[in-house]
Amino acid sequence: MSRVGEVIPERSFIINRALLKAYADASGDQNPIHQSEDFAKSVGLPDVICHGMLTMALAGKFLTDFVGGSRNVTSFSSRFVKPVVVPAGTDVALLISGVVGSDLGDGRYQIDLTAMCNGVKVLGMAKAVASLNS
Amino acid sequence: MLNPESVGRTFPGVDEVRVTQEEITEFARVIGENSFDIAPPTFAIRLTLSQSQAILSDPSVGLDWSRVVHGDQKFELHRPIVAGDVFRCASTIENYKVAAGNEIVTIRTDVLSGDELVVETWSTLVVRA
Repeated sequence: MSRVGEVIPERSFIINRALLKAYADASGDQNPIHQSEDFAKSVGLPDVICHGMLTMALAGKFLTDFVGGSRNVTSFSSRFVKPVVVPAGTDVALLISGVVGSDLGDGRYQIDLTAMCNGVKVLGMAKAVASLNS
Repeated sequence: MLNPESVGRTFPGVDEVRVTQEEITEFARVIGENSFDIAPPTFAIRLTLSQSQAILSDPSVGLDWSRVVHGDQKFELHRPIVAGDVFRCASTIENYKVAAGNEIVTIRTDVLSGDELVVETWSTLVVRA
């Protein structure tokens, strides 16, 4: 049975400065725009912003939970359309939802993901190809 | 500005890198993943972003890394990454354009284990005017 159209219920992921530091260490991306308010403002940003790749990694966690693990994901892509601003001392909620898009055959589907922060879409064209049990 | 002769050029990775269990576990924990046997789908960025930075910062290429923001990212995952994998990376500047004064560069990085292509990544980086 095709699973096209199946909705993946929305979940909230919390992003704060501590998470940005932890992601910087885990990923090796120590760009100061993700850690230093002074630096971020010096390059014209409103405040410290989340790594686009952290937002995508959290969307990836949402995805792998749905599809039954990383080994079922064969393709994953996203645009970074708006920054996630992370003020000091604040927990920012990233809301991720999804839908099973087209049936690619052999149990593989396109999964379309939506990531919202403060009512603004932060990832664009976020999609994956994954195997699903029928 | 990017040196136009860089487009289409392939840059071999400098060093082989060995993926450790600690790296996979640390990356997974940050995103709330409690399964550590294989790497999360975006883990390869840990291997490829530094390659992109090294290439684009090379004086013969000529981009200003301090003004780079990440425009988009794609992964093609041919098999999961596991602890003990030893990889080398090969990066190619696939596309370059200037729009509204911003330089937009797409770099493909192949993550290879011997001759096996394990992951392909495409990173589009925008150098803000």
